[in-house]
Amino acid sequence: MENIDVRKLDEYRWEVPKKGEMLVPGRIYGDRDIIDHLQADIKAGKEWNALRQIVNVACLPGIQKASMAMSDVHPGYGFPIGGVGAFDMKTGVISVAGVGYDINCGVRTLKTGLTRAQVEKKKGALADALFEGVPAGLGSTGDIRLSVDKIDEVLVKGAEFSVEIGYGFKEDLEYTEENGKVRGATPENVSREAKQRQFKQVGTLGSGNHYLEVQYVEEIFDDTVAKAYGLVKDQVLVSIHCGSRALGHQIGTDYLKTLEAASKKYKIPIRDKELVCAPIESDEGKKYFGAVNAGINAAFANRQAIAHLTRKAFSKAMGVSEESVKMLYDIGHNTAKLERHLADDGKEKQLLVMRKGATRAFGPGRDEVPKAYRKVGQPVLIGGTMGTCSYILHGTEQGMKETFGSSCHGAGRNMSREQAKRQWRGDNIINELSKRGIIIKGHSPAGVAEEAPGAYKDVNEVVEVMHNSGISKKVALLRPMICIKG
Amino acid sequence: MAFEYLDHEADVGIHATADTLEEAFEEGARAMFNTMVDITKVESRKKVEILASADSVESLFVDFLNKLLTKADTEGMVFSRFRVMITHKKTYTLTAYAWGEPLDQMRHDIKTEVKAATYSGLKCWNDTGGHHVQCVLDV
Repeated sequence: MENIDVRKLDEYRWEVPKKGEMLVPGRIYGDRDIIDHLQADIKAGKEWNALRQIVNVACLPGIQKASMAMSDVHPGYGFPIGGVGAFDMKTGVISVAGVGYDINCGVRTLKTGLTRAQVEKKKGALADALFEGVPAGLGSTGDIRLSVDKIDEVLVKGAEFSVEIGYGFKEDLEYTEENGKVRGATPENVSREAKQRQFKQVGTLGSGNHYLEVQYVEEIFDDTVAKAYGLVKDQVLVSIHCGSRALGHQIGTDYLKTLEAASKKYKIPIRDKELVCAPIESDEGKKYFGAVNAGINAAFANRQAIAHLTRKAFSKAMGVSEESVKMLYDIGHNTAKLERHLADDGKEKQLLVMRKGATRAFGPGRDEVPKAYRKVGQPVLIGGTMGTCSYILHGTEQGMKETFGSSCHGAGRNMSREQAKRQWRGDNIINELSKRGIIIKGHSPAGVAEEAPGAYKDVNEVVEVMHNSGISKKVALLRPMICIKG
Repeated sequence: MAFEYLDHEADVGIHATADTLEEAFEEGARAMFNTMVDITKVESRKKVEILASADSVESLFVDFLNKLLTKADTEGMVFSRFRVMITHKKTYTLTAYAWGEPLDQMRHDIKTEVKAATYSGLKCWNDTGGHHVQCVLDV
């Protein structure tokens, strides 16, 4: 049974000391409870354990500062979920594990001009309109039917493509990370299978932990930042959580094989088959990054399309104009990005930052942050567990210094789907939440049970850690009113 | 021949057992599709062919499952019956047939999508119980 040392630095910062083949220490943002949970996995001899993954990532060539894990840390594939690794361009590597199968899975939040009371009156009709209007669940198909060459346009233009075909407004792009379109996408490095799987899936929600949620602002924690974001108490928001759909999944599957061969070719030790990688500047590394950028754009295009369908549903059920539903922000939490940061050699330079189940949380002054938010830092959209609550945080200078401007992404699971299904039944959960005034509409009762609030860590605890450590600070707490699940 | 689901915190672990390696692969495929739909409700109306190859049995298993997912997506189908043939010279080569029908949201009891079969927890072994295959599915 392996033993991984974890040392307390302070209440919210813990270190896995640099040992053996580690090139940097591990750095975990958590409280005692979160760390105990990680160590319990080791004691129980669990094969899939996050501490081991943090250590493995710390051994990757070119990694800067630390192998990091945010407060929602739990076991992933190669990288832990909540994992962040920044790499030097010349000596560093890129890995499917650092990005994940659902490339640019993320959250888009829109603000309506409606109050909680106004939506309460027509909640049922709104829930129906959203359930019918937004395709979700296994086998669902979108309205946008694409041919191979049109898919290539989606992969290069991202959200801009969706706007061009009439899904949403040009103004939306300014309030999307990367303006909804990353450069460096190379559709030629995305397989035909990946594109074929995507044909009917643009504008669909997917399933698993993907959702669309109508929320109201219950509490504001920071008046200045809330004002900059245009948030007020009782205001109704809507959040969409999904990613690049089958295209992203296929890219992951395709490149795992490529990077496995590359690891052997470049003699990079394979500690975990999911953690195979290639030097960033190698042929294989460049091809994969080009494909990742294509996947990132596919997800932006998808969320842009779904936002449009959401606006249509609001317009239909609530009688408001589509324009009255405005962008707050759109973030990704499974990405690899080129960003300027302070590297270990003391120079400011471009690094490749991989965030797997972790959100970019840039602080005040950064060019990447929309002008309207630049004084206060970007919004960090933390998806909550179904039926509990969600948070909006803001990025800070502290976060820029410590975590390359990264934060958590959600509550994180603490129980297997099998266990959740044994403990809860979908219809009971739906009834219970309905008694509390929350409408859940899902395409699968078993899927609802798997997403039961009890199967997740407490999102409040996860967010408190990031807030108290100063990495990203609370702006607003949101409560659910309607949840559409795939 | 049997399959079961393992406790994995975030996703779905599958473990299949059978007398032969090929049958274990078939059970593994059934376990995967049973994550997506109720496979007892899927009829064998159409047959497709899957080809895969890999350097190891383990990689072959993951490749087989992922090729099935691609086929399911591109054809809009789900599968419930499989026949697998594996040969081994320098590498492992697999030819398989899968029987199923177009996905029917009404009839098939939709559960969840599977994003991919991963290398996580990937193991193939045999013991007195027969041949075993295991891996984690990213849902």
